Formats: sequence, structure tokens, C-alpha cells
Amino acid sequence: MIPASFDYVRAGSVDEAIGLLSEHGEDAKLLAGGHSLLPLMKLRLAQPAMLIDIGRLRELSYVKEEKEYVAVGALTRHHDIAQSPVALASAPVLAHVAGQIGDPQVRHRGTIGGSISHGDPASDLPAVLLALGGTLVVQGPNGRREIDAKDFFLSFFEVALTPEEVLVEVRVPRSSGQWGFEKLTKRAQDWAIVGAVAVKTSDGVGVGLINMGPVPLRASAVEAAVTSGAKAIDAAQLAGEGTDPAADFNGSVAYRQHVAKVLVRRALEKVGV
Amino acid sequence: MKVDMTVNGTPESHDVAARTLLVDYLRDAVGLTGTNIGCDTTSCGACTVLLNGESVKSCTVLAAQAAGDDITTIEGMAHEDGTLHPVQAAFQECHGLQCGYCTPGMVMAITSLLKENPEPTEEDVRVGLEGNLCRCTGYHNIVASALVASRSPEMHR
Repeated sequence: MIPASFDYVRAGSVDEAIGLLSEHGEDAKLLAGGHSLLPLMKLRLAQPAMLIDIGRLRELSYVKEEKEYVAVGALTRHHDIAQSPVALASAPVLAHVAGQIGDPQVRHRGTIGGSISHGDPASDLPAVLLALGGTLVVQGPNGRREIDAKDFFLSFFEVALTPEEVLVEVRVPRSSGQWGFEKLTKRAQDWAIVGAVAVKTSDGVGVGLINMGPVPLRASAVEAAVTSGAKAIDAAQLAGEGTDPAADFNGSVAYRQHVAKVLVRRALEKVGV
Repeated sequence: MKVDMTVNGTPESHDVAARTLLVDYLRDAVGLTGTNIGCDTTSCGACTVLLNGESVKSCTVLAAQAAGDDITTIEGMAHEDGTLHPVQAAFQECHGLQCGYCTPGMVMAITSLLKENPEPTEEDVRVGLEGNLCRCTGYHNIVASALVASRSPEMHR
């Protein structure tokens, strides 16, 4: 399978990428590791006229500890996050989940920024970001702005980036506490049929859901129940609330909502709820 | 567009369309057909090559993305005198293949795995090969090959 024709240009800096995006608008797409975009292009589900390759911008590849948060450069590969001593110490759930994405070959290419700005509700990292209460830093022609993770995922494969903006940094609050991550797949490397993540945060327990609707979701009803003292087994019964999962060959809506309850209970138990 | 890269230590320069995948660049432009195309959807790992020493699926990398990089394919594994690379030798010793279609990708994936984890457990190998499918062997002898290769002195130099 071969993608439809496109023009390819390598951007030498974030500013150059923003300039090219401003010039070419929605005809252009950013290319980071390419592990979300290229498969879509090979299936001709995406046919951008221009690819702006930002994959070489090494200045956007880092995991840094700041006072209140861990800052991850948008072009940091899953492999590097999984191995990062900073991530392992101060955002261990992020390191763990990054190390579970796809397979080693995918993790050698795929980046956190690419995965998050793709906005696939079946991908793992957005749910982690929601559970942790993360922030996205995006850069456009008028400088940088910050977007709360809960405001970033708008609809199916649609995120809050404007066509000329580049996601440059992902911030998650430091959290060395307990966490639980549960993913149901039929084969090791597959996308989650359903997934759940629970994290102890300064505000209580954050719970994120994978593949339970057109966007990555936060299980607010479960979180509220935990805050008011519910045990894992009872709080998890609310995991289907506010969800709108797709029915497909992997399972019906009812099946996914059942699995979500099971996985949320397991994840909550791992954080001592 | 002109795409230059080093393949198995040899500089290559070919004029290809921007949409050319790395696997097609290697097979059609360079003429090295040892890298197989299996699923063509980032699932099976048959097209695994090393990009700057790390395993990647060459069906999901544009040749243009790899411009300027060092690529190693199965043809670049054996020594110049024909002596097999320790991972290849282990596959021979352990009967790590039947039809052989997945084998080039398996060898490259294991080489990358052993670079990152020189003394893997059986579990490490099984998890580390999650991106490579084999429909003949049941994986048993492939895993054994990886473990035997990990004990080769040449892999620890």
C-alpha cells in the first residue's frame, strides 16, 4: 500500500513548521514519527497535499522535571519516555504506559505529541493525561498557549489545535504515588478494546478511560464516588456513565461498558481504593 | 526527490517519489530484497530493519524520513567472509525458522532487543518480540534462538 502523492518538506525549526502550516493551511499535516499518520495515508483515509516533517527537531525531545510538573517534549518517543529516569521517578504511570504502546518498533518511532494530537480515543496516552490532569503547550504564529487536557479532545480525531499550531510540550503534575493501568487486547500489540487508568493525584484519584467514546474520557462519576468514600467495587459500577463506546467486531456497547467496570475496579484497587 | 542514506555501510542515493516507503526504497531502489513485506500495516514485523541501530518497521517509515540515517538490513548482518552474525547463527543452530518469511524481521528485531537488553530472560524475549509475527513455528525456537544469541561472546564485545 502506497500513500497518495504529496509534497514533503523537512522543517528546521518549530517556527519554520508554523510558517509552513500558516502558508498551506489544512492541506498540510505535520509528520512526527508517522506511526499514526502514515498508516492512515497508506489506507488513503488521509491524503494531505503536504507533509511537514518535524521528526528531526531534537530540541522537542526531552523529559524534564520542573517544580510542580514533568515536562515532556512533544517529539519525545514512547521508547525514550519509558526509559526516562525522570519519568520513572516522577510520572511512573506515564513511563509505564508509554512502554506498553504498540511494540518496540512502534515505540522507536512514535512520539507522545503525535499520539496526543492525533486524538484517537483508542490510544493510551490521552487517558493517562486526563487522569493526571495534564496540560498541553501549543505554539502558533502568535506565540504559545496552554490547553487543559480535558479541553483538548473535541470530537472523533479532532483536537483543539488550530491548523497552524504545533503541540510542543506535554505537562503532567508530578505523581510518584500509586497508579493502575488495565488494557484489554486480543493480541499484545493491539489497540485497547477497552482500557482504564487510575492515578492518585493531589486532588484525589483521577480515572481515565480508553476507547469508551468518540474522545478519550475521564470517568468523573467514578472519581466523585471515590472522593465520597466508595470502595473500588462500588465506584467502578459507575464506569459506564457518560460513555458512548462504539460497537464493532471486538464487542458490543454493553460488552465494552461491562469491561470498563471490571478494568476500572482493578485499576482502583491498585491505587488502594 | 533525491534521498540519500547509508545502507549496510554503503552510501546510497536514489531519486524516488516523496511517498516512497523505506521498505520499497530498500527493495526497489537499492535492490536488497531480503527485507520482506508481510502485512504492510505495521503489525507483522516482517519488514523490520535497523534505523541508526534501532528496530523499526520499514513499511511505516518514509524513505525521506530516513534520509541521512544509517540503515541495516538482513544483508548487512553477516561478516564479509560470510560468517553469520550470532543471531543468524543461533537461528541455524536452534532451527528458528520454517518457511523463513518472518526471519529477516525476527533477526533484526532480536538484534535491536539484545542491544537494549543484552541479558534478557525468556519473558523479556517474548515481550520484546510482540511486534513480530510467525505463523509456522509457535515461536518456541525463535525465542530459543534469541536466548542462545544473547550468550554469544560476540554480542558482548
